Amino acid sequence: MSDKMHIKLTVNGEGREFLAEPRELLIYALREHLNITGPHVGCDTSHCGACTVTLNGKSVKSCTMFVGQANGADITTVEGLGTPDALHVLQESFREHHGLQCGFCTPGMITRAAKLLEENPTPTEEDVRFGMAGNICRCTGYQNIVKSILAAADEMNGSEQGQTVEAAE
Amino acid sequence: MNDLTPNREERTANLKGMGCARKRVEDARFTQGQGNYVDDVKLPGMLHGDFVRSPYAHARVKSINKEAALALPGVVAVLTAEDLAPLNLHWMPTLAGDKQMVLADGKVLFQGQEVAFVVANDRYIAADAVELVEVDYEELPVITDPFEALQSDVVLREDLAGQTEGAHGPRKHHNHIFTWEQGDEAATNQVMDSAEVVAEESMYYHRTHPCPLETCGSVASMDKVNGKLTLWGTFQAPHVVRTVAALLSGIEEHNIRVISPDIGGGFGNKVGVYPGYICSIVASIVTGKPVKWVEDRMENLMSTAFARDYWMKGKISATKEGKITGLHCHVTADHGGFDACADPTKFPAGFMNICTGSYDIPVAYLGVDGVYTNKAPGGVSYRCSFRVTEAVYFIERMIEVLAIELDMDAAELRRINFIKKEQFPYTAALGWEYDSGDYHTAWDKALKTVDYEGLRAEQAERVEAFKRGETRKLMGVGLSFFTEIVGAGPVKNCDILGMGMFDSCEIRIHPTGSAIARLGTISQGQGHATTFAQILASEIGISADSITIEEGDTDTAPYGLGTYGSRSTPVAGAATALAGRKIRAKAQMIAAYLLEVHDDDVEFDVDRFVVKGAPERFSTMKDIAYAAYNQAIPGLEPGLEAVSYYDPPNMTYPFGAYVCVMDIDVDTGVPEIRRFYALDDCGTRINPMIIEGQVHGGLTEALAVALGQEIAYDDLGNVKTGTLMDFFLPTAWEVPNYETDFTVTPSPHHPIGAKGVGESPHVGGVPCFSNAVQDAFRAFGLRHTNMPHDHWRIWQTANKLGLHD
Repeated sequence: MSDKMHIKLTVNGEGREFLAEPRELLIYALREHLNITGPHVGCDTSHCGACTVTLNGKSVKSCTMFVGQANGADITTVEGLGTPDALHVLQESFREHHGLQCGFCTPGMITRAAKLLEENPTPTEEDVRFGMAGNICRCTGYQNIVKSILAAADEMNGSEQGQTVEAAE
Repeated sequence: MNDLTPNREERTANLKGMGCARKRVEDARFTQGQGNYVDDVKLPGMLHGDFVRSPYAHARVKSINKEAALALPGVVAVLTAEDLAPLNLHWMPTLAGDKQMVLADGKVLFQGQEVAFVVANDRYIAADAVELVEVDYEELPVITDPFEALQSDVVLREDLAGQTEGAHGPRKHHNHIFTWEQGDEAATNQVMDSAEVVAEESMYYHRTHPCPLETCGSVASMDKVNGKLTLWGTFQAPHVVRTVAALLSGIEEHNIRVISPDIGGGFGNKVGVYPGYICSIVASIVTGKPVKWVEDRMENLMSTAFARDYWMKGKISATKEGKITGLHCHVTADHGGFDACADPTKFPAGFMNICTGSYDIPVAYLGVDGVYTNKAPGGVSYRCSFRVTEAVYFIERMIEVLAIELDMDAAELRRINFIKKEQFPYTAALGWEYDSGDYHTAWDKALKTVDYEGLRAEQAERVEAFKRGETRKLMGVGLSFFTEIVGAGPVKNCDILGMGMFDSCEIRIHPTGSAIARLGTISQGQGHATTFAQILASEIGISADSITIEEGDTDTAPYGLGTYGSRSTPVAGAATALAGRKIRAKAQMIAAYLLEVHDDDVEFDVDRFVVKGAPERFSTMKDIAYAAYNQAIPGLEPGLEAVSYYDPPNMTYPFGAYVCVMDIDVDTGVPEIRRFYALDDCGTRINPMIIEGQVHGGLTEALAVALGQEIAYDDLGNVKTGTLMDFFLPTAWEVPNYETDFTVTPSPHHPIGAKGVGESPHVGGVPCFSNAVQDAFRAFGLRHTNMPHDHWRIWQTANKLGLHD
């Protein structure tokens, strides 16, 4: 259709181009044009956070942004956090601490948690609970999600210290 | 047979069998965004369906004009009841013996009811076209109160006019659905009349909704060349969906393949059959293309199955010392516009007759009247076995009210009335036979762990401090002791649309000693792929890591009744163990052949068969599996496979003891959960990590229901809580950390003694949170107040009790 817009995005480090109506929501553009189906639609009203992506360095609910607004953006989804051979610490940690059940909230949860730990590498439990309050989980009661994130923070700090030591040597 | 052979403990550990906190095999996919949920299904040429829904709760549909919608480029079809009628699909049967409109046939009975189904090239065009369908409505009087419905001249279900007999017996009024009676009313009344103490209370268990994070949806693909229909969907019971689809569509069942892919939480919401499923099938048949329908959150909350909505009136009698002598319960059940309750056929109020709870009550009566109103249809078991949350809430509130009446401690009142360990199997006054329990041990452990006496002393001090004006926070100690009834069910009692509620498992051992097992259930987050492999590992001696578990594809899995009512472990788990034992029986014969001894001279040992008295002579399951495929063993068929269909002899009865300590700010109405202790006895424990996760989740859903979550209507039948702005789902910020604990009382009739756990925390949690709120005000004269205890209602309670004066 003539009213389609030429959209350019960098998604998980890769340049992507496609035509989309500007009114299309970013979540549907990711899911349906780019087949990136990690982020999910849970509520349509930006409450649940299942659609969370990192956009230009910020956690964004992709169900509440038009693809037209996102044009040119650099986006990371859960698919871009780790690889099957080298999982992100949070991906390991959620498995280790049973931080997921049905898995529907998990991509948004982990994507948000990754950003949270970037912003605050040494969070308290309260920081995690507050920082994750935009992501709803119906299965876990959050206890193991919080545990997973705190454990990941410890792990990341540990390995960073390790790297620092290595670099110093 | 060499020095490197691991010892018995190591071999057992390598199996990762029962009792091991095995990490989940599902997680690799989910944490990397590789889940496959129904909205991820994408087929070539796929169309999108969207509903025109009624803005009115009760109205006549005078006309529907599709022209403008059909004129929009990209719109392929607009279906109405008129289009479905020739196929006889404009109505569908409900699980409760009623029928429900698929698309509005002359009138609408609730806000959000499906009126027309628009099919278009993409979801945006479909949504645009929905706005272009012109529907002319004539508003009718709206009834949202079941008591008013039973008095009103307004006939809600005109299609049933003149029918004095429903699926469950006589109808007393044109808006009445059924009366269901259990127990002995005359004997109960007699006990009440001569009782030393009688406590009465009316309570409303508000309407709420399971609200899984993934909404409901389906993708139908009719392959006209091969005559095959494939249906992907959010189905908690895929095999039943296949049978229903065959019966309704006339397509032979072997030509229908139903697939439940990954399901983003169910909690009862995905048990029933919804108009969207039917419409996607019809649209695919009509257009010859795959059609996807996925509802949005508002549609989910407004139109798919709600839970609860029970008006309960109770009477409990006791001696002055507190020994309960009788229980009387009457329920007015609001079922909305259609009776689409998801219960076994013979139980129109589910297992509400477990309302005598964990107590030895000699005589009881339960009467339930189902009523039509202008609200959404449903009545599903939201994270509970059929209506068990209502039953447990009822009895656990009645106990508290009786304690107030007797001026007794509510923990002690429970203790003196518990069914005793030696009374099991125990037949309750309303008929159920409880399989096993040890309530006193669990209760004592719980009270001791939380220092119950210390809590009561602190509470008493707090009341005094409050009265002296030193604090504005009250303290509540919430107690609950629950008995669930899960694992439906014996086929002789329990069926869904005529299908007996058995379940199944089919196992194939591969030549190299790994295996695949398929079950009739379907995980929605419970971790079946992890735990069922553990059951099997212990039974057949093959490591859980070498066993694939598959569910949800009706072309490959054996027939089963699905996952709800905590039935997977009690029923399919039993089938898994028994199918495993069949494998083991054949493996024993193969082992005997390989070891050149008689069948009776070998015995199973963790992961192998050994010659009795000569453990150095053995044949591992890996050896046996290979032999099953490469050796001609006299008298034995090649291969190593087994299937088991399990009809449970009885339900299982998990139980638990919960304590919640809460502070309540009387000026803001904000409750703060200081401590929550949950002791669960689910019999044999398969995976403690998963059990703990289930308990955390169930408690959080209980917190939601008790403290704020509801589907509320205004007088015109408008849904006031249609988005997550108004419908309370707790976040990490509102939820406490829980302490979990357990006792183990195995089920005597289950092959591995397991009872099921997924729903217990919700069933026991709701009354515990509610009792905590109400207990905080007990010293100030509160007897009972209805849930949900949101901040505003708590503030109002404090205000009514004069605590703001």
